[in-house]
Amino acid sequence: MDTVTLEPSLYTVKAVLILDNDGERLYAKYYDGTYPSVKEQKAFERNIFSKTHRTDSEIALLEGLTVVYKSNIDLFFYVIGSSHENELMLMAVLNCLFDSLSQMLRRNVERRALLENMEGLFLAVDEIVDGGVILESDPQQVVHRVALRGEDVPYSEQTVTQVLQSAKEQIKWSLLR
Amino acid sequence: MIKKFDKKDEESGSGSNPFQHLEKSAVLQEARIFNETPINPRRCLHILTKIIYLLNQGEHFGTMEATEAFFAMTRLFQSNDQTLRRMCYLTIKEMANISEDVIIVTSSLTKDMTGKEDVYRGPAIRALCRITDTTMLQAIERYMKQAIVDKVPSVSSSALVSSLHMVKMSYDVVKRWVNEAQEAASSDNIMVQYHALGLLYHLRKNDRLAVSKMLNKFTKSGLKSPFAYCMLIRIASKLLEETEAGHDSPLFDFIESCLRNKHEMVVYEAASAIVHMPNCTARELAPAVSVLQLFCSSPKAALRYAAVRTLNKVAMKHPSAVTACNLDLENLITDSNRSIATLAITTLLKTGSESSVDRLMKQISSFVSEISDEFKVVVVQAISALCQKYPRKHSVMMNFLSNMLRDDGGFEYKRAIVDCIISIIEENPESKETGLAHLCEFIEDCEHTVLATKILHLLGKEGPRTPSPSKYIRFIFNRVVLESEAVRAAAVSALAKFGAQNDDLLPSVLVLMQRCMMDSDDEVRDRATFYMNVLQQKQKALNAAYIFNGENTHCAPSLNLRALVELTRLSVSSVPLANTPITEQKTEFAPVATSKLPEKPGPTRQDIYQEQLAAIPEFQGLGSLFKTSEAVQLTEAETEYVVRCVKHTFARHMVFQFDCTNTLNDQLLQKVMVQMEPSEAYEVLHYVPAANLPYSQPGSCYSLVRLPEDDPTAVSCTFSCTLKYLVKDCDPNTGEPDDDGYDDEYVLEDLEVTVADHIQKVLKPNFAAAWDEVGDDFEKEETFALASVRTLDEAVGNIISFLGMQPCERSDKVPENKNSHILFLAGVFRGGHDVLVRSRLALADGVTMQVTVRSSDETVVDIILASVG
Repeated sequence: MDTVTLEPSLYTVKAVLILDNDGERLYAKYYDGTYPSVKEQKAFERNIFSKTHRTDSEIALLEGLTVVYKSNIDLFFYVIGSSHENELMLMAVLNCLFDSLSQMLRRNVERRALLENMEGLFLAVDEIVDGGVILESDPQQVVHRVALRGEDVPYSEQTVTQVLQSAKEQIKWSLLR
Repeated sequence: MIKKFDKKDEESGSGSNPFQHLEKSAVLQEARIFNETPINPRRCLHILTKIIYLLNQGEHFGTMEATEAFFAMTRLFQSNDQTLRRMCYLTIKEMANISEDVIIVTSSLTKDMTGKEDVYRGPAIRALCRITDTTMLQAIERYMKQAIVDKVPSVSSSALVSSLHMVKMSYDVVKRWVNEAQEAASSDNIMVQYHALGLLYHLRKNDRLAVSKMLNKFTKSGLKSPFAYCMLIRIASKLLEETEAGHDSPLFDFIESCLRNKHEMVVYEAASAIVHMPNCTARELAPAVSVLQLFCSSPKAALRYAAVRTLNKVAMKHPSAVTACNLDLENLITDSNRSIATLAITTLLKTGSESSVDRLMKQISSFVSEISDEFKVVVVQAISALCQKYPRKHSVMMNFLSNMLRDDGGFEYKRAIVDCIISIIEENPESKETGLAHLCEFIEDCEHTVLATKILHLLGKEGPRTPSPSKYIRFIFNRVVLESEAVRAAAVSALAKFGAQNDDLLPSVLVLMQRCMMDSDDEVRDRATFYMNVLQQKQKALNAAYIFNGENTHCAPSLNLRALVELTRLSVSSVPLANTPITEQKTEFAPVATSKLPEKPGPTRQDIYQEQLAAIPEFQGLGSLFKTSEAVQLTEAETEYVVRCVKHTFARHMVFQFDCTNTLNDQLLQKVMVQMEPSEAYEVLHYVPAANLPYSQPGSCYSLVRLPEDDPTAVSCTFSCTLKYLVKDCDPNTGEPDDDGYDDEYVLEDLEVTVADHIQKVLKPNFAAAWDEVGDDFEKEETFALASVRTLDEAVGNIISFLGMQPCERSDKVPENKNSHILFLAGVFRGGHDVLVRSRLALADGVTMQVTVRSSDETVVDIILASVG
């Protein structure tokens, strides 16, 4: 039993990962040197995926690290911290990430929608965790700060092809409905 | 191209990844459009996203290409597109370590951080601090101070967190911002509060008084942020530990009060802090345990996990404190999260009773394949501990362990199981056969060489003595056919042991050996040839010497090849001598055997003494040290002089080493020696006095005694001892001794030499073989009644300590509820004669003991029997 008291610190999160349902990395951000090389990171991701993709059980201990996770359709979200870390703090980060994305993607949290909004994901994670420190835990705030521009791109900035394309899309969608 | 990456491109079909097969060079090529005017924000945004995506996938960017892309990107600051600008900040952060001259964006970022757009300000601060060094930091110091106290929370938080990152690099600069951080700590925003507290602690953590003041202030004023509370609890418990303050301190009260916080995160943090405190009493733990108990029934898996993990920790030290939660833990053993279920079960195994073991084991075996190796090892350890606690449950455990062995798992996990099974086999003779069967099955498909050789060695040791040894042969020979060299060699050694002990199996073993002699590996061939030759002699003595009780290295995977080849040659050369009496062969090998035996038990301590004694001229020519006894106290504790004696036995002499300590600070002793008066025909040859014995510095004096040669049976003797010395009084302050002294003496307790001092312990792994090897040439038997002894345990303990011999075959453990027992003892008598004692004990109104002694020398047998009687 380890009686090490935690060094009080704001550095809570060791990594944030998003994998697809083949275990491939869609997003990975490591905040400390636990897995310094890409090779080690990928090996860790494979291990994490093989242990978690079949069960929907929210939390696990892997390679001496606490992993909280959540899956939705074809996406797996992970937040990783030290095994001494307060599990609920990690959970707060995971929930914030998921809820922010859920709002940004209009409840459509799946791989395709996410890949089409990668910049939104990059900005959201940047607002939630900064260098391992929890920056924000309220999804409303995160969405507000990311302030992802909607579809209303000023027409002056669009090319003719783009305008035509979007017009075509709109017609297609109206027909489909 | 635009179409290809358009957001609304539905044609590409589901499951496709627009970022798949991205070529770094192609993306960098595309990045040239950054230089086009007017800037197309949408396309540029896409390209930046691709670059960040590639970086995120671990793609390596060279300095040149990164710098080029970075400089192109700086042009995008001209666009006012919000998302594009934010992506520029991200690119700056991602490339800060790859690209050169990133500082050229400083002015753009400084402009954004002080600008009107709140959306830009926070991220700009963070990007700026990422590329700033200490000298530049001073240039933006004014802006940072303003930002920390900014009323927009995102700006303030960004500035605080960035400052925290900078503390490592520029402590002295950031230290000047303490007042601003202090102001931010009283912000209404919960995150700002948290970040400010974190920064303040970091700046003050080396100043315990400041930390204490800060804690005092915040614990009184109260905070809004649960994160900040968690931080406060950690700071408080660290301070408690450092100052070793008692649990009545206000800090402890604060942590305890947090157990009633409305946020679960804070409550859990407080409970966990209390549990992890050293020296917590059960009463102090109680409130923490009861909140954890509540969490056990939470619908949130993370909370249940956290609670049961912490309870598991409590159970290690205070199982009774957790007993109250048993019911809640019971509910968790069917939890869908296997980590939670495992922790609940292992906790229950620690706190529960014997009756619940069956049920728990059944439960855990239903899902053990789903949990990670870390937890599997935890489970095996719990079982191992349980087996010692409840030995009667071994059949349940054994079953469970064998199932676990069959599952996939890493080396650590398998080793834990194998070790656990082996320890059960050793503790419980009844479980031996099932255990061996499970292990046999395991090595059929075992990829770990270390484990395979370990099990083969165990099979060789235990297998031949089971009721049906033949069934193990198949398993062992399969290894010879299928495995790597080290395993094959171990299998050959194990086979030899079967052949040596089971006459009816010998012919088949010899056939198998013949096959092994054609192995492709030298080591395996050598072993096979060696054992083949030994086995063909069909002589128990040879078997005993070279197969069972031979060098223990035989079982190790990396065997000293040369030594074995040498031995093989020896045994081959001994073949023509096969018809000569055994005793002659023994003399041929005697140098090997006797020089090895005394070294085996505890060489380190004896080696040290041997070296010390060899340095004294009087003791040269005594030969090698045969045995060194434990120290015997010759004075009461806390007397003026403390003397203890260590007895060193040589072939014909004994050396008594007296370790003396002078506990009087006003005396210096000189010429210290112990005069000895023997009761028997022992002759004191020499005294080696200790020249000086100052206060509290131990010194040694020696006596050399010759053992009586004409009467070898006189092994026991009593010496009356007197300490003689010259006293010089000292000044207790300066320690200066007077010039004149006077002789004095001090009577010590009598020193006994017993038969145990003449016998060195030797472990014979296979007692029966050793028994046959020594033979019955000098066997004697006698029966004694031990009237004063009431139990078999006591009798066994007495005999072992009296004779000073090594119990073999675990015969020193008397099974419960038995009326008779056989004790096997082995040793070497002074001069190098093997002694074996078989002692049958029967309990009936006192203990009756029938002692049978065998040795290679008749006098030794007489000595042992005489001393017992």
